[in-house]
Amino acid sequence: MTNLADGPAVAGEALPTGEPTNISRRRFLLASAGVAAGALVLGFGLPVGRARAQGAAKAAAPGTRVPAFLEIRPDNTIRLQSPFMEGGQGIFTAMAQIVGEELDADPATFVVENAPPGHDYIVMSNGMRITGGSMSVRMSYPTMRRLGALARRMLLQAAAERLAVPVGQLTTEPGKVVHAASGRSISYGELAPHALDMPVPDPDSVKLRDPSQFRWIGKPVERLDVHAKSTGKAVYAIDVRVEGMLQAAVQHAPRLGLTVGAIRNEGQVKAMKGVHSVHRLPGAVAVVAERWWDARRAVEAIQVDWREPGQDSTLRYMPADFSTDAFRERLANEPGSGDDAETAGDVASALKGAHTVVGATYHSQYLNHAQLEPPSALARFNADGTLELWMPNQAPEMFLADVAKRTGLDPARITLHSPLLGGFFGRHFIYDTAMVYPQAVQLAKEVGRPVKVIWSREEEFLRDVLRPMAVVRFRGGLDAQGMPVALEAVSATEGPTEGISNKRGEKLDDSALEGLTGKAYAIPNRRIAQLYVKTPAMLGYWRSVGNSMNDFLYETFLDELADKGGQDPYELRLRLLQGNERLTHLLRAVAELSGGWKRGPFTAEDGTRRARGIAMASPFGTQAAVIAEVSIENGQVRVHDVWEAIDPGSIVNPAIIEAQVNGAVALGLSQVLLEETVYKKGMPAARNYDMYPILTPDRMARVHVRIIESGAKMGGIGEPPLPAVPPAVANAVSRLTGQRIRGMPLSRYDFKA
Amino acid sequence: MELQINGKTYEVQADADTPLLWVIRDELGLTGTKYGCGLAQCGACSVLIDGAVVRSCVMPVDGAAGRKITTIEAIEADDIGKRVVAAWVRHQVPQCGYCQSGQVMAATALLKQKPHPTDQDIAAAMVNLCRCGTYNAIKAAVHDLAGGGADQAAAAGAAGNAPQHPAGKAAAAGALALAVLGTPGHAPARQGGEG
Ligand code: FES
Ligand code: FES
Repeated sequence: MTNLADGPAVAGEALPTGEPTNISRRRFLLASAGVAAGALVLGFGLPVGRARAQGAAKAAAPGTRVPAFLEIRPDNTIRLQSPFMEGGQGIFTAMAQIVGEELDADPATFVVENAPPGHDYIVMSNGMRITGGSMSVRMSYPTMRRLGALARRMLLQAAAERLAVPVGQLTTEPGKVVHAASGRSISYGELAPHALDMPVPDPDSVKLRDPSQFRWIGKPVERLDVHAKSTGKAVYAIDVRVEGMLQAAVQHAPRLGLTVGAIRNEGQVKAMKGVHSVHRLPGAVAVVAERWWDARRAVEAIQVDWREPGQDSTLRYMPADFSTDAFRERLANEPGSGDDAETAGDVASALKGAHTVVGATYHSQYLNHAQLEPPSALARFNADGTLELWMPNQAPEMFLADVAKRTGLDPARITLHSPLLGGFFGRHFIYDTAMVYPQAVQLAKEVGRPVKVIWSREEEFLRDVLRPMAVVRFRGGLDAQGMPVALEAVSATEGPTEGISNKRGEKLDDSALEGLTGKAYAIPNRRIAQLYVKTPAMLGYWRSVGNSMNDFLYETFLDELADKGGQDPYELRLRLLQGNERLTHLLRAVAELSGGWKRGPFTAEDGTRRARGIAMASPFGTQAAVIAEVSIENGQVRVHDVWEAIDPGSIVNPAIIEAQVNGAVALGLSQVLLEETVYKKGMPAARNYDMYPILTPDRMARVHVRIIESGAKMGGIGEPPLPAVPPAVANAVSRLTGQRIRGMPLSRYDFKA
Repeated sequence: MELQINGKTYEVQADADTPLLWVIRDELGLTGTKYGCGLAQCGACSVLIDGAVVRSCVMPVDGAAGRKITTIEAIEADDIGKRVVAAWVRHQVPQCGYCQSGQVMAATALLKQKPHPTDQDIAAAMVNLCRCGTYNAIKAAVHDLAGGGADQAAAAGAAGNAPQHPAGKAAAAGALALAVLGTPGHAPARQGGEG
């Protein structure tokens, strides 16, 4: 059996090897490793791979041990272990482009998988491995390029030995080593068994390609997973099955912190069709059955007496009187002026001396992730006491550590499989009360068989962590010409990082304030502050994190300032960015893309009255500017076009960027037009898409993208296109309707055009 | 109860009121059809029954007995389905892919009924949810398939930079990239060999 990824002991293995396994388990593992059962065995990599990995493993820096990442098959296909999880953002393809560029192998010949946990894969320049923060490419780019170059060097050396010529006489063409003098060539597939056994050269000894010579980086290379995803062949956690597996459904306590008291009808439920057993879990009950539908039907029939926690309980608790509307009121009226996050000049005296002072309160809303794949986890204890888990996750090492902590197992005895993610948007980090896997582990233990737990959509909406809500009190000072000279923003909120750790950190939570902080406008006197107000709602990261709401809050207030000062919002931004070449260029680019800035209102060809709004954002190392055109239809906003100019510095795949911009526009529109998680009496009002509407196709806008490669330090792509979308829409609506928009979603308003 | 799926006959044990989705996924192991909401909201569970698209999460299995069911696993065995998949590859539609089985089924059903759908036909038929926001790419792909019956320009924004390579190469690589689990080997297939 092949094994290309023996990690250090702690990592477990990419592919279990060696142990006796029954046939169907073996077949499953082969399949789950992404290899057609017949094809794989002509291996290389193994059994040699095991041996060769061992000596080297300890010392090698992450991202340098070639055999941990690459397997080259006799047919010249290349199997790559990706340090980053694929969940739609196209990272598998980007990794194949980056490695392939330096390896000299066409990305189309790559087969990419999520790598297991392991030291080798902690390739990010910040010493972490997570798939989030739009960090994958920008923080691993040099390392992954070098990995490809190291592999190429090993293939060259192997060829030199085979052909008995000096390595200097050899060169490569995609997929093969060429000896021009004799006209001979050897395919990578042929060389690999020997080449990948050779010692990995000194990482500093290889030279990377000159970017002007790139064949694949920077090109719209086709995604590797599109056909499989168009034909139902892609496998997500929810699809995984193993032999002897049972399935479970759960009913969570209606409010967090309640515990299971009596089950009133346990006997009846046990007698329901297909039921294997009924279980008590922390804050939930579960039914295990052969089939998930039977489990679900039964678990929903369970009548539980939920118990309030005692005085000394340390459980996170959702009070029975919590409502989001009341909480918003509280945030708006919370006394205090907050803790400084970013200051410049002297806001207090600048406001005092200002010609005009504008004060206004803006707010955002809680949001669900609503990724289309409901979360699940499959746990299996093997005969030797090791634990195997299949589950969606954005950070394998963190999950491995979490599993070890909760189960008391040595990490070496835990194998973590990370299937494709059916959307994530921040949903699959370590969230104490929103993870499925602890339930799967407990149930597998209790029934002595593998168990897959799937949360119904309703259970997911009950336990999903939320994008925070904030109420921001703004004050702006304008001079006699209407130019902003002072801006103060005090955000009453709890950040996601604070929420997850359930306490304030030593420093302010950046993820609460980013997008209020870090703005590029030259307003000489500024104060951005956080007024920390703890919420009982469980918080998490959502696509573009703090920026997802803060750029809305800031950029809409900036338009309010522009209007109060009698300035055009586009011209005002240009003025505030004077001397900032990169952003001036970006702003001009989006205006040009839209056919020239025109704010309106104007009458479109179809007779509708329309207006345009503009906004900018600087999230995750990238710069973005958006113009949106709107009209009002039956009292609601219709967004016709979104123009977005985006400057990530430099890029890997323009087609994927365009797709990501489209996706981020959709999520941004969804947020500003429709979405809101509402709690009443401690319960979410929506438990499915019927009551939690997400953007439908008929409300999608046309999207026009301009990618700008300014050459600045590489930024992110998954999240950055989102934050400027909601404020551009809201600013357009304010212009069109004359009604100042100070909160989301717009479905709360009834507009007259 | 007997079900006709993808040209094979399966004997299934589930209760008559079990949603077809869960029979397909759990009992027959055909996991290409997805569960998203269970409430006819998202369309991830779309299958064809006698050529028309149906949300299988709310269809009791006995309602499908004796009728011709097609799931995503057999999509390329259908001429129109094959064209749809090719267009999905050409326009690089999927992101996470979770909704795409349902999207492909919806497009296939539309084109079976109307080979040259109008813009309105497309808007009325392509209503499945996609959280990744692939709507413009879907629209571009379906307009492409509609072949002039619809306004190509309407979707231009979406496909502007999309690569337009022939489908074949990427298709082969893509198929390798992902595991194929849950083939219907678990289910008693009475025709069509091993299943
Ligand atoms: S799962 Fe059937 S419509 Fe959503
Ligand atoms: S591609 Fe992810 S939900 Fe549609």
